[in-house]
Amino acid sequence: MPPENSQNLLELVDVHKSYGSVEVLHGVSLALGEGDILGLIGENGAGKSTLMKCLNGMEQVSGGRIIYLGSPFHATTVADAVKGGIITIPQEFNLVKDLKVYENIFLGNELRGCLGLLDVAAMRTRSKELLDELGAAVDVDSLVEDLSVAARQMVEVAKALSYSAKLLIMDEPTTVLNHDEVQVLFGVIRRLKANGTSVIFISHKLREVLEICDKVAVLRDGELVSFSGIEGLDEAELARRMVGRSPSQMFTEKRLPAADAEVALEVSHLSVEGLLKDISFSIRRGEILGFAGLVGSGRTELAETIYGVRRANTGCIRLFGKEVKLDSPRKALDSGIAYLPEDRQGTGILTNFSVASNVTLSSLKRYCQPLISPESEIKAAQGYVEAFHIKTPGTETLLCDLSGGNQQKVAIAKGLDCKPSVFIFDEPTRGIDIKAKSEVYAFINSLLKQGLACMLISSDLEEVIGLCSRIAVMREGALAGELAGDDISEEAIMYLASGVHWHTSH
Amino acid sequence: MRKFKTSSFFIEYAPYMALALLLVICCISSSGFRKPQNLLNITRQVSYSGIIALGMTFVIIGGGIDLSVGSLLALSGTLGIMTMLRIENPMTGLLVAAVVAFAVGFGGGAVNGLLVNLGKVPPFIATLGTMSIFRSLTLQLTNAGTLSTSNAAYGNLGGALLCRIPLPTLTLFVLTALGSVLLYKTRFGRHVCALGSNERVARYAAINTPLVSFWTYALTGLLTGLSGFLLGGRLCSISSTTAGLGYELDAIAAAIIGGTSMSGGRGSLAGTLVGVLILGIISNVLVMWGVSANLQDAVKGIVIVAAVLMQPRKKISN
Ligand SMILES: Nc1ncnc2c1ncn2[C@@H]1O[C@H](COP(=O)(O)OP(=O)(O)OP(=O)(O)O)[C@@H](O)[C@H]1O
Ligand SMILES: [Mg+2]
Repeated sequence: MPPENSQNLLELVDVHKSYGSVEVLHGVSLALGEGDILGLIGENGAGKSTLMKCLNGMEQVSGGRIIYLGSPFHATTVADAVKGGIITIPQEFNLVKDLKVYENIFLGNELRGCLGLLDVAAMRTRSKELLDELGAAVDVDSLVEDLSVAARQMVEVAKALSYSAKLLIMDEPTTVLNHDEVQVLFGVIRRLKANGTSVIFISHKLREVLEICDKVAVLRDGELVSFSGIEGLDEAELARRMVGRSPSQMFTEKRLPAADAEVALEVSHLSVEGLLKDISFSIRRGEILGFAGLVGSGRTELAETIYGVRRANTGCIRLFGKEVKLDSPRKALDSGIAYLPEDRQGTGILTNFSVASNVTLSSLKRYCQPLISPESEIKAAQGYVEAFHIKTPGTETLLCDLSGGNQQKVAIAKGLDCKPSVFIFDEPTRGIDIKAKSEVYAFINSLLKQGLACMLISSDLEEVIGLCSRIAVMREGALAGELAGDDISEEAIMYLASGVHWHTSH
Repeated sequence: MRKFKTSSFFIEYAPYMALALLLVICCISSSGFRKPQNLLNITRQVSYSGIIALGMTFVIIGGGIDLSVGSLLALSGTLGIMTMLRIENPMTGLLVAAVVAFAVGFGGGAVNGLLVNLGKVPPFIATLGTMSIFRSLTLQLTNAGTLSTSNAAYGNLGGALLCRIPLPTLTLFVLTALGSVLLYKTRFGRHVCALGSNERVARYAAINTPLVSFWTYALTGLLTGLSGFLLGGRLCSISSTTAGLGYELDAIAAAIIGGTSMSGGRGSLAGTLVGVLILGIISNVLVMWGVSANLQDAVKGIVIVAAVLMQPRKKISN
């Protein structure tokens, strides 16, 4: 139960929230002291983001009270909340793609010099400092459009840090970050805590929650099912509180492809000017090849080149022994390669399309006879909704009304619906809860059993190690090495990825 | 704020309710207005820009805009009549002229589509340019005059009635139905919506976005050619200076009033038809009421702005 504290920074009393006639928060009460780090966990669609939106002015509560700094708090706009010291790092990026990094960091909060003109120099310097503190090698003058997803995440964090927050809300800030980057972020959070800033930290990675938080609140279907200190809790207990039963095993026994399985995808000497250098690898039917590496190591670029979004300068790609010229996504899909992009709202799904139209977006031909048959679309979508437990009122619901994790499940369904023979997953479990994760893993395994060849790009080492029998590690646009079987370990991967090992041995 | 359930229902049907309300008010207040012949006349008057508005709806849903339609209408109508003047046999002349008008319309639209997708010129600029070009060509061809033909078959076609309904009216309604099928029931329609919603997502979903965009312009051009041919048939003549003048704005306004989102991604052809009718009824009833012609555009403008104010808009988040 809530620990009593007379010095509460924030208190939520019986907060309700409805969208139209649907209530998604059913009376949540919480209290948070100064310098507290609260972990907020729950399944996809439990209402975590919604609760945070009620705090940061994006949404208004439909019942209950919020008491902030001892008085009733009512922010009707994000600007109100920011003025009160409540800063949010949203789940979906909120950056202007056509602006530079430093312009984004100070958007709406521009530094001004004499005559009220923009003080560009000061903003650039301050941005550089903020990003350096985060250990992010991001050029403050590059356009956000050109940044990787992880770099964008760091820009979002830097933007939040540019304010002096009393309460910092972080909605799944770590989904695209690797272990080291998360540690740097945690260092920043600890420093904020020492300065008296309170933090609400949302994540599906329970280990992180245990590591950084003082308290943990668990939401299930819009209700607060537990709120306590972190002491004495472990991952299994948190998972049990989230889903109401003990979690099943995450990873099953790894399947090795049959010894005589034919090679499905063979990439040889693939190069893209300035991005990829001489990459060769092959994947057999029923095999999953993991791709590990640091941010900017070129994994996404490699995937996009195979999928035909980027042009290769040299090298060739063979599918089942036949050389293919993939210069557009259409050609790639037609020859059996599907791709799940990492940037969900930027390249993955259409937020103003329904669940059904998103699922069939790339495979629409199959639903035309010759006119589109909505019934068959809905039937197909319904199948995925059930298979992945997508939490949605119906298949006609627009994606913008779904929670982030459920949008991700739709994105996976869209790729699968093309019935590919090679599937490239780029951060497939970004933002989805542990139960859904194990479902996705099981699904990937069943696809492997049916002879699908998979490429798995992930910043989650546990995921890569748990799923793949072979792991390629990339560094600076080139393959740094390949690990298989017993050679696979987190250390071995990190050595290859960072190049430390490579340097010392030469 | 985003609107939900009850209010979104209201917004979706707002154009239809506005049309119904307008009809009731006009019928009660003016005896001249409610005459069946007047009502049919309105539908004929709006049909020329209405046919174009259908194509414009596709262009706007796909995230583009086409300002050249008015000029292209004049050009295709003019070239149609010029063809007719060269051919003796009225029937052959009519047929060949129709083909020419359609081809010119399609060609003009294709030029727009190529400029936007191959040349990567922003649609507003590209079609602003072709708007001047098409009009200027028309003026040059006719010496800035009016071109007439005495081809009786053309006149008969232009004034043809089917079950007492004027041919252009009928064409508008049939095309609205066909267009709705195209938009909602075919891959092309779905791809246009995807393109307008988020071009990058569409591209990653293996949609050939430049091609889809090209076809929206080409389709609009083709419909413009058809409209030019029908307009010429009305009086067996086309004025190079006034034909199609301002049609681009009427077409855009109709689409917007009908609920098509200016930022692309969604819209409806039935809505556009309603928008076309609302604009036509207003112009007509203002005359019936004896309102000064100078003020008519002001009323039109108010309707357009009011329609956009009522549209659901994306929440502005900071
Ligand atoms: N704009 C909206 N309109 C209607 N329902 C919504 C809207 N936004 C969210 N919901 C619903 O509210 C519920 C809670 O969503 P929320 O985004 O808070 O989940 P979450 O806990 O953040 O999940 P995730 O881990 O997937 O991000 C979901 O069932 C979702 O479908
Ligand atoms: Mg969320």
